[in-house]
Amino acid sequence: MTKVERDGAFTPPEVEIVEGKRGMEMLVALAFVLSVLASIALAVTFVLGGQPQLEGVLLFIILAGIGVGMVAWGKYLVPQGPYSQEREALKSEIAERQAFLASLDRGQRQIGRRPFLMKLMGASIGVFGLVNLFPFLRSLGPQPKKALFTTPWKKGALLVDANGSTVTVNTLEVGGMVTVFPSYDVGGAISQTVLIRVANTDITTRPGRETWGPQGYLAYSKLCTHAGCPVGLYQELTQQLLCPCHQSLFDVLTGANPVFGPAPRPLPQLPLYVDSSGYIRAQSGYDEPVGPGFWERGA
Amino acid sequence: MITQTADWFDERLGIAKFTRKSLNKIFPDHWSFMLGEIAMYSFIVLLFTGVFLTLFFVPSSKEIIYHGAYKPLDGHKVSEAYASTLNLSFSVRAGLVMRQMHHWAANVFVAAIVVHLCRVFFTGAFRKPREINWVIGTMLLILAIVNGFLGYSLPDDLISGTGIRIAFSILLSVPVVGSYLAFFLFGGNFPGHSIIPRFYALHILIIPALIAGLLGAHLAIMWHQKHTQYKGKGKSERNVVGVAMWPAYALQAGGFFFLTAAVIAILGGLVQINPIWLYGQYIPYKVSYAVQPDWYMGWLDGALRLMPSWEIAGFGHMIPTVFFPAVLLPGITFTALALWPFIEKKITKDTAEHHLLDNPRDVPWRTSVGVGVLAFYVVLFFASSTDVLANSFQLSLNFVLWGFRILVFVVPPIAAFVAYKVAKEAGSVPGTGRRKRANVILRNAQGAYYTEQTAPRSPQHEEEVAEELPEEVVYHALDRNHHGELVGSAAPSGAGGPAGSPSHSGVDLGPLPSGGSGIFRIPRVRRSAAPDGNGEPIGGIGDRG
Repeated sequence: MTKVERDGAFTPPEVEIVEGKRGMEMLVALAFVLSVLASIALAVTFVLGGQPQLEGVLLFIILAGIGVGMVAWGKYLVPQGPYSQEREALKSEIAERQAFLASLDRGQRQIGRRPFLMKLMGASIGVFGLVNLFPFLRSLGPQPKKALFTTPWKKGALLVDANGSTVTVNTLEVGGMVTVFPSYDVGGAISQTVLIRVANTDITTRPGRETWGPQGYLAYSKLCTHAGCPVGLYQELTQQLLCPCHQSLFDVLTGANPVFGPAPRPLPQLPLYVDSSGYIRAQSGYDEPVGPGFWERGA
Repeated sequence: MITQTADWFDERLGIAKFTRKSLNKIFPDHWSFMLGEIAMYSFIVLLFTGVFLTLFFVPSSKEIIYHGAYKPLDGHKVSEAYASTLNLSFSVRAGLVMRQMHHWAANVFVAAIVVHLCRVFFTGAFRKPREINWVIGTMLLILAIVNGFLGYSLPDDLISGTGIRIAFSILLSVPVVGSYLAFFLFGGNFPGHSIIPRFYALHILIIPALIAGLLGAHLAIMWHQKHTQYKGKGKSERNVVGVAMWPAYALQAGGFFFLTAAVIAILGGLVQINPIWLYGQYIPYKVSYAVQPDWYMGWLDGALRLMPSWEIAGFGHMIPTVFFPAVLLPGITFTALALWPFIEKKITKDTAEHHLLDNPRDVPWRTSVGVGVLAFYVVLFFASSTDVLANSFQLSLNFVLWGFRILVFVVPPIAAFVAYKVAKEAGSVPGTGRRKRANVILRNAQGAYYTEQTAPRSPQHEEEVAEELPEEVVYHALDRNHHGELVGSAAPSGAGGPAGSPSHSGVDLGPLPSGGSGIFRIPRVRRSAAPDGNGEPIGGIGDRG
């Protein structure tokens, strides 16, 4: 034991020691040695190019070796007590509290006698904060304005698939489905639309949409009206579109009405026509906002 | 050496004054106090592995052509974020292990927080004076969940991209300011190009800094207020009984960090998590089937699925259906959670300080509230797998959905009721939770077997209560010596007598120091029972017969 001289020597007092326990000492030593060996093995693994599973196992042995060693040492080779310690009261003594309150009160009265300055100080800090909040928020992104109400679809837009190939009246068999975009926005997250060909006779057209689905081609926004996931699964047998995120089902033949799940509104329908060369085009953009609801949307 | 170094520092910083107190700090010993430690240690693992990942991850959604070690995607157009995640998984040494450890550690982190929260709730550890730490803990839980979500969104794979899309819709659903929130966070309409760099800044800098700060406060307050402890012999509201910080607790806690890290390491090495190369790059019009978020988002996903398609519209405005399960529900959940100590205070009118923990059965009503609320979230969690359940059990999706819509309201009250009854019953059984005295099978001289209950703990043992010794330099352990007596260092009984010992008078079976059934235990001599107290073998008594 070292002695620290100078002001008052440090004399090591009598210490309680856990004696014996040879077996436990061996275990702790073994754990540490295993850890070192595994570390060496890990170094070798790295030199040889690494192998994820082996690295994981070796890391486990390294860390568990240290862990087991330390825990066993702390649990079995040093005194465990139990020791008891008094809990001091968290609350301060009355005299201390009063002194504290007096100090607080002193300062408060010293600055409190100029309430006008106090208010001005508060105002200047507050205004500074508020004014600077605006450029910060404003730079984060554009205002939504009408962005959520419109899509890139325009009158006469040519339908293309995800590879940019045009869609003609012969592209789909009855029962087929393809994801389409306007030719100028291939892969667009907002303009994504499902094009389905159904047997012409099956369709229950909603009033005003009589001309929207030429030759059994129906186009619906692919954005689920629930949470905006792509409504990616078309079940030909039931003529339903399923959103795999939260299992909303839309009935293709009746204007993509939601028939099951949490989706609240039908998928908006894109009016189509077939041009003189047999290409499918949009009569116009969507007549309502696509995707999930938002505050400004209204009904 | 150590004492010299300490002396050097003391002359410059005066460390002796406060450090001595810390070295002598007492930590109550109970397995349930280690749950919070697991959370802290997995956070440390998160920091280490996370720093490693930042060295290789490129937070950018710029599209590049992938040329790398993963051949199936060679030549594909992917984002830099996705490509760099592939590279650090396949081309960086130990990269995959680090990435998987990071993901596993995040799951363990949130899980440990939740279980720790349950422990604190059910034992009433949040009561005065620990309300502040409860509120901080709630904030830590929220931050951990948010940062988990941000983290698994970064690789820009198909599943996380879909998650980000849903997050955008959830932000949109907030009344009045929703579209502004969404546009400001995403830098415009979905998907934009800002979200990955922004999530990155939040994930690696802002939220970890908040977590570290709050965690520091959480620990400092715990340190200052001292740990709670379970009721027991010698434990009171006025003391703390346990092991000393230095060296026993320091070694144990330090070792426990390594053990936690070891478990995370083997998970990271052997159990695949988030193999983004199988999911593919996020493409807005593509979607995968049967995808579930990380477990701690499950309850939100489940709530989204179960919510009926109610949408409130009128006066030119709309509250979308998503708002209720994804904004309102978590809002209410975390507000109520944070305020629980104050809510309970309103109910119980209890303004006293509490340092002794409740056994959950002692407060049936609180236990029942906790179990009921937990049951609600567990049902929601399972509801996030409606599609998978419908598939695996060959049920219709319709049936599964409606089943869950009913279960979510039926299960919690039943669970609460059962918990209440169990707690009540357990509380009314005398001696519940106390260790029963063991029955020992013995054999008499005629060879017949009989059982005998072990003797009650000796009064001497009853007094085995920790000494108070805060002011002493050295702690004296509580009379470990007589422990030795009880555990049987004494001479074996029945040493002689050709006929064996017909009776065991004078021989005490001794209490069990550490539990166990006690069956077939060797009877021991009760040394203290011997009149001269020196523990002479008394097996010879049997010879009298």
